[in-house]
Amino acid sequence: MDNAKLLSLKETARKVRLGILEGVHAAASGHPGGSLSIAEIITYLYFEEMNVDPANPKWEDRDRLVLSKGHTAPALYAALANKGYFSTDALSTLRQVDSFLQGHPDMKGTPGVDMSTGSLGLGVSAACGMALAAKIDGKDYRTYAIVGDGESQEGQVWEAAMFAAHYKLDNLCFILDLNGLQIDGRITDVMNPTPHDEKFGAFGWNVILADAHDFESLEDAFAAARACKGKPSVIIARSVKGKGVSFMEDQAGWHGSAPNDEQYAAAVAEINSAN
Amino acid sequence: MAEKIATREAYGNALAEFGDKYDFVVLDADLAAATKTGIFKKKFPERFFDCGIAEGNMMTVAAGIATTGKTVFASTFAMFAAGRAFEQIRNSIAYPHLNVKIGATHAGITVGEDGATHQCLEDIGVMRTIPGMAIVNPADAVEARAAVEWAINYKGPVYLRFGRLAVPVLFNGADYKFEFGKNVRLREGKDVTIMASGTTVSIALEAAELLAAEGISARVTNVHTIKPLDTADVLASAAETGAIVTVEEHNVIGGLGSAVAEAVCAARPVPVVRVGTEDVFGRSGKVPALLEAYGLTAANVAAKAKTAISLK
Repeated sequence: MDNAKLLSLKETARKVRLGILEGVHAAASGHPGGSLSIAEIITYLYFEEMNVDPANPKWEDRDRLVLSKGHTAPALYAALANKGYFSTDALSTLRQVDSFLQGHPDMKGTPGVDMSTGSLGLGVSAACGMALAAKIDGKDYRTYAIVGDGESQEGQVWEAAMFAAHYKLDNLCFILDLNGLQIDGRITDVMNPTPHDEKFGAFGWNVILADAHDFESLEDAFAAARACKGKPSVIIARSVKGKGVSFMEDQAGWHGSAPNDEQYAAAVAEINSAN
Repeated sequence: MAEKIATREAYGNALAEFGDKYDFVVLDADLAAATKTGIFKKKFPERFFDCGIAEGNMMTVAAGIATTGKTVFASTFAMFAAGRAFEQIRNSIAYPHLNVKIGATHAGITVGEDGATHQCLEDIGVMRTIPGMAIVNPADAVEARAAVEWAINYKGPVYLRFGRLAVPVLFNGADYKFEFGKNVRLREGKDVTIMASGTTVSIALEAAELLAAEGISARVTNVHTIKPLDTADVLASAAETGAIVTVEEHNVIGGLGSAVAEAVCAARPVPVVRVGTEDVFGRSGKVPALLEAYGLTAANVAAKAKTAISLK
C-alpha cells in the first residue's frame, strides 16, 4: 500500500473514531468499545474495498455490508457520513427520538444501511441471502458482514456458515471482529466460542487471519477473500475493543456505556494527538 | 359430497402454477415434501433452495434475498415458522417490511397424530402482534390458490396459514376472486353471526344447517384475512345479528376470536363466544377424534351460537 493511501485511510479512521465518540457522548448511551474496534475494518470497506455510490444508496449492483453486530452502529454511521451518504452533523443526533440514526441500524430510515440488524446472529443470514440473490441473478456484486466474536455464540451464525458453504457463496465475506470481550467479560470465560479458524474451516470456509487495526493486513486479507473461488471467506480480524482510547481499550465495561463530558474530552484529545 | 383437498396441496400447486407467470424464489427447511413446495422445486429447481433444518436462518436468508428486490416464499410448519423463527420474522422480515411470504403449513389441531409439539395453536396470536404483518388463512383449495397469487403481487410481509388435512372445496375456482381484507359472507342470517377462518369454515356452514333445523337463522362469514381484520363487516354483523361466534383451529387466546372481540368491544359491544382450543396444548389422535375433543364440531358451534344468542 502506498504511503498516501495509508495516510488517507488512517485519517478517515480517525474521523470515524471521532464520529463514534461524538454520537455515543451526545446520546449518553451506546456501544463505543466494539465500534472503535472495527474503525479500520469499516473504513477500509467503505473507502477501499466496496463498490458503492453514496449518491445512489440503493443502486442494485452495489456491494453490500451487513453490520451483523448491529450495536456498533455508531461506527457504521460515522463511516457512511464521512463517505457522503448524509451530513456528519447528523452524528450528534444518534439515538434521539426524532433522529434517523437509530440505536441499531434501520435500513428503511438511514441512507446506506443495507440491512436492519441489532439482534445478534441474524445479520449473517441476511448477508447469505444477498449473496445468494447475486448468484441467482448472475450479478457480480459482493456481500460483506461484520460479525462479533461474542455474537458467534449464537447458533444461527453456524446455520448461516453451513448455508454459505453449501451454496458455495464465494461472493460472501464475513469479517469476524475478534476483540475477545463481551458484556459479561472475556469471551473465553463467558462461553468460549474459539477457535474460530478451525470452526469456520471445518464448515468449509476459506479462513484468513488479519490484524484489524493494520490497513496493509486488511488489504491483503480482502484481496485473499476476493481471490478465493468456490467457497465463502471469513477474515478473522484480531482487534482491541475500545481501540484508540487508552482508558477504554480491552475493558468490557466500555461495551455499552458512554463517556461523560470529561472522558469525552480526554478521548477526543487522545485520538487527535495520535499518529 | 364435495371434493376434498388440503390447502397446503393447493399452496404447492399454486407456487408451481404461478412460477411461470411471476418471478419469485422459494425456500424450505427440509419439509418440501410436506409443505408441498416440492411441487415447485420439481418445476423450477433453479429458484428453489432448501435451507435444511434451520428455520431461523431460512427466515433471515429470505429477508436478505428480499432486500435485493425479489419476492420470496419461505415455508415450514407453522410451529417452526411463527414459533421457532418468531424473532427472525419480526426483526429481519417485518421491521424492514420486506417482501417475504411465510408459507406456514400444518397449522392447528388437524395435524393429528404428530401431537402437541407439531400442532401450532398460537401462530395467529404472535403474528398478529407484529406491526405490518398481513395474515391470511384460506378456507379451501380455491381460496388458497387465489391467496398465493395475491401474495405474490402484494408488497410486504405476509403470513399464509395452511392446513395438513384435506378439507372440502367450498368455492368455485372459475369465478372466485380473493379480496384482501374483505370478509366473505357465505350465508345470510339474522340471529347470530358465525365467523370462521381456515379449515373451520366448513364446520361453521354445517353448524348453520343444524341451527336452521331449529329455526335459528345464522349468518356465516369466512374471515380469510385475519389481519387487517375487516372491521366494518364485523361491526355490521354485530349490529345486524346482535351476537357473534368465532371458530378457529387456534387457541381462543390471541387468534380470530380475540381479533373479533377487540373490534366489537371497541365500537359495538355484543356477545362474542369463541370456539377454539381452550388454552391447552393439543395431543395425538385421529383428526375426527381431536376435533370432537376440542369442540371443533358443528354440534358444538351450534350450541355456542345458542349461548351467544342467550347473552343478547
